[in-house]
Amino acid sequence: MKKHSPFNAVILDVILPWLTAAGMLAALAMVFLYVPNERVQGAAQRIFYIHLPSAWMAFLGFFIVAGASAAFLWQGKRSADLLAQAAAEVGMVFCTLVLLTGPIWARPIWGVWWTWDPRLTMTLVLWLIYAAYVLLRVFAGDTETVARYAAVLGIIGVIDIPILYIAIRLWRGIHPKVEQMAPEMAWTLLVCTGAFVCLFTWLLWLRLQSLHLRNDIIALRQHILASS
Amino acid sequence: MTYLFAAFSIVWIVIFLYVLSVSRRQRELAREVETLRQMTQKEPSPPSS
Repeated sequence: MKKHSPFNAVILDVILPWLTAAGMLAALAMVFLYVPNERVQGAAQRIFYIHLPSAWMAFLGFFIVAGASAAFLWQGKRSADLLAQAAAEVGMVFCTLVLLTGPIWARPIWGVWWTWDPRLTMTLVLWLIYAAYVLLRVFAGDTETVARYAAVLGIIGVIDIPILYIAIRLWRGIHPKVEQMAPEMAWTLLVCTGAFVCLFTWLLWLRLQSLHLRNDIIALRQHILASS
Repeated sequence: MTYLFAAFSIVWIVIFLYVLSVSRRQRELAREVETLRQMTQKEPSPPSS
């Protein structure tokens, strides 16, 4: 397994999980006890403080997939491919959270769980693209060819993100845009985003560790087969 | 408030299940690495001539 310096190991294995837990508790306290209700939407609007950071972390994950995939295609480094795999899975977790919290927020505000609004539809498309990526990695085997196909998919998939952002302007959807915010709301969003960044980093680290372990198993098996 | 609690509960459940699944996979893989390492150490070294 890839070795990390003791300093990095302490930060990632000890400090990061506690920082994530503290951040998530602070986020909970701010959402339930500090931030005021929005005038029109009431308490349901507070779902926004987990919905938006989840979306940002999903995008971050998919941008990492695209970057690491490009690096893998360019340099052929196995570590870049492993990073892409880990980021795709973690990005999928956050994208799933977006697709679960969105309808729960939509129901009391729009009166429906789902509508084929451009942004919602493009988010679903994004989820499907990276679901295909994850399924490809899980079921198609761990070969160089599969890794290359997956890398191309990981790069193409990320094009959906800018489309998703301009979808409201292009097709006039009903999805709300963040324009102006009261200071309490901005602070709450900042704390929630910080907590989600810690959570994202920790989950990515955990997943990357298990992928490195799987890599070690493959190398050890090959060593045993070669020496027998 | 019901919708707010539902959204937060779902987020916590999904994260908890994912962390649980990753750590379970990691434990199994670490055990397998250890077994394979022991196998490689037990291998007899080639006789020196």
